[in-house]
Amino acid sequence: MQTTGTRHTGAAIVLAVGALLTLLLAGFAQDSLFRVHMGVVTVALGIAAIVALRRISFSGGAAEDTSGYMDGPIRVGAIMTVFWGVVGFLVGVIVATQLAVPELNFGPYLTFGRLRPLHTSAVIFAFGGTALITTSMYVVQRTTRARLFGGSLAWFVFWGYQLFILMAATGYILGITESREYAEPEWYVDLWLTIVWVAYLLMFMGTLIKRKEPHIYVANWFYLSFIVTIAMLHVVNNLSIPVSFLGTKSYSLFSGVQDALTQWWYGHNAVGFFLTAGFLGMMYYFMPKQAERPVYSYRLSIIHFWALIFLYIWAGPHHLHYTALPDWAQTLGMVFSIMLWMPSWGGMINGLMTLSGAWDKMRTDPIIRMMVIAVAFYGMSTFEGPVMSIKAVNGLSHYTDWTIGHVHSGALGWVGMISFGAIYYMVPKLWGRSGLYSLRMVNWHFWLATLGIVIYAAVMWVAGITQGLMWREYDSQGFLVYSFAETVAALKPYYVLRIFGGLLYLTGGLIMAYNIWMTILGRRRSEKPIAGAVTAAAQPAE
Amino acid sequence: MSNTHEREIDELSGTETTGHVWDGIKELNTPLPRWWLWTFYGTIIWAIGYTIAYPAWPIISGSTPGLLGYSSRGTLDQKLADAKAAQAVFVDQIASMSVDDILANDELARFARAGGSSVFKVYCTQCHGSGAQGGNGYPNLNDDEWIWGGTADQIYTTISHGARFAADPDTHINDMPAFGRDQLLTSEEIDTVAKYVASLSGLEGGVASDEGKTLFEDNCVACHGEGGAGEPDLGGPALNNAIWLYNGSLEGIVAQINQPRQGEMPAWSLRLDDATVKELTVYVHSLGGGQ
Repeated sequence: MQTTGTRHTGAAIVLAVGALLTLLLAGFAQDSLFRVHMGVVTVALGIAAIVALRRISFSGGAAEDTSGYMDGPIRVGAIMTVFWGVVGFLVGVIVATQLAVPELNFGPYLTFGRLRPLHTSAVIFAFGGTALITTSMYVVQRTTRARLFGGSLAWFVFWGYQLFILMAATGYILGITESREYAEPEWYVDLWLTIVWVAYLLMFMGTLIKRKEPHIYVANWFYLSFIVTIAMLHVVNNLSIPVSFLGTKSYSLFSGVQDALTQWWYGHNAVGFFLTAGFLGMMYYFMPKQAERPVYSYRLSIIHFWALIFLYIWAGPHHLHYTALPDWAQTLGMVFSIMLWMPSWGGMINGLMTLSGAWDKMRTDPIIRMMVIAVAFYGMSTFEGPVMSIKAVNGLSHYTDWTIGHVHSGALGWVGMISFGAIYYMVPKLWGRSGLYSLRMVNWHFWLATLGIVIYAAVMWVAGITQGLMWREYDSQGFLVYSFAETVAALKPYYVLRIFGGLLYLTGGLIMAYNIWMTILGRRRSEKPIAGAVTAAAQPAE
Repeated sequence: MSNTHEREIDELSGTETTGHVWDGIKELNTPLPRWWLWTFYGTIIWAIGYTIAYPAWPIISGSTPGLLGYSSRGTLDQKLADAKAAQAVFVDQIASMSVDDILANDELARFARAGGSSVFKVYCTQCHGSGAQGGNGYPNLNDDEWIWGGTADQIYTTISHGARFAADPDTHINDMPAFGRDQLLTSEEIDTVAKYVASLSGLEGGVASDEGKTLFEDNCVACHGEGGAGEPDLGGPALNNAIWLYNGSLEGIVAQINQPRQGEMPAWSLRLDDATVKELTVYVHSLGGGQ
């Protein structure tokens, strides 16, 4: 039987060997960026090895209790999700400010060009990815009544993924990039993520296989489809040939329009399987749990699951309308996006209708309110997406801030809000607290975040449509009316307003961080209960 | 095991559950909402129709062409041809006439100004500014001073061939000596003549000394004209007004005499067709300072 002592010993050895290896890579590096990057990894692994070493117990150590659920990585994961959320929102506010006030670009490390991927990756992969890994570990154990498969494998998955985030983020600042949107990390970081992801798949599949429930719950179908598809997308889109095995630079295996199509097949399905399917898995567990109501329709969950994963994978070409991509591929990308509308909405219906019979909780439970607004934004952006994929609409919206607004109503509204809901649900249970530090603070978080999103999305709609219309404005004699710089100048007020929306959302995130921290410490804020919240049990509708 | 759970009727909705339970979560066996199903079918039928009408299904070489015969390149070509045809009546005349004749024809001049304004925004604003107001090292095109001349014909030549643009043999060329760097004048002499130049336009620090005047006449008059009035045929800027290409101060003048900076302008006839260059000429001429 494994003890915590032997586990820490094993971890310390592996980390120390890893640090030595990356130190060697730094020593033999072919370019200075690779040397610096490997140096950063060496320091990180070295610190981790020392931490593991100091935690080894030489008294033999009690055998680790492996009979219950494995919640260690989930606890760390909940904290890291909140941390990465705040970091991601903060960098978002910074890059938004850089767009409004270009003087705030400080080269070479802190320019918009380097901080923008830092923001997108911090939000999608650090915040979203950690939230998905953490909640999937929580959900899969409870819906299979089985402990996570593979012993310490879950720890490897968790910390391995954090190391990926560290390498990606420091790489962007140093200027190491493949220049593929949402897939910027270079070949060696991609290889590391592949290893971690295969371990994740093993852990998740292994847990499903040893389940003690006869059926696999719908949340797990979504989590599994997310894990499997992201593995495929990541591997194919990052196929590249390194210039040197001791250097940062690599070249894509594809070229020209094939490369662009591969990239957007990846890019769109990162939205589809990371930000949609994964978070639907989250929604399917936490929403019925928090509402204490059965899922609305089992049949709908089956049909919309299979329709969604079948149709999503073909929709990528709508990112390349009116480009060198052949017309037939553009047509297919568009019609598959349109057909995706109802399968996406299946998740919204199942989420919202799960509340039927418990709508009164909207008044009394700010966590439910958060989940409902998440699903509402999910429904809105999965309608907006198909609309924007129509070529005539895309001709106006593409390359404008409308797209940025669309992404943020999905990311801030859907991904952010459903993750906050899940965190607020999980944390008291993970630390054995009777409730959150403060429900009123959740309410504040809800309103700040909602107001922030509404401002952000509305401002970007106006900005995007203004921009699109100005670009294509002809005068009565057939000449273009505006120069590009004039269209940029016209957007300034909207860029300033956007910062305000982002600040509201960031403030909400900070309130959450404080609330979660105090909950973990076991405090309880003395506050007036939210009106009506005392009647906890659902009352039958009149 | 949970398969011992029985199907039951949910009290609130009156719907039967599936009998599965996971961690307390049950599922209702609600049928698919009709509106959802029919809308889904509707989008599928629409998609099939759309793929019949437009190029869609890949075949061994190329794809099904679609019943409407649409192609995005074809549409673009058509739109470009239509736009060209709509302007042809004016553009053809502009191409065949001199700039002075275009200016004399109100209707043509109005069209050319609109076209020139549009082209200016794309190619010229980067250096001359979106209001043609210029900047340090880039001439303002709204004022009365023209380095290479402000008649329509002279502006046309300047836009066509640019200045100091190596790829065009007809480009405007002049070369101000570096009086300081090449030791053509001593630093005292430079100081004296710079003060004299400053005095021509009443700049602060200007001194209209006789020595300065002599130095100016010996070294500068040939290009900058009598009394610094400018010499557009040689591209010598006027020095007797408040318009300065570079830093308009005594130090700026000293710096320029020591080691002059000289701008470069592309020869646009190498990139734009003749009618477009004429439109630009009419626009720039109309900005306020055209002679």
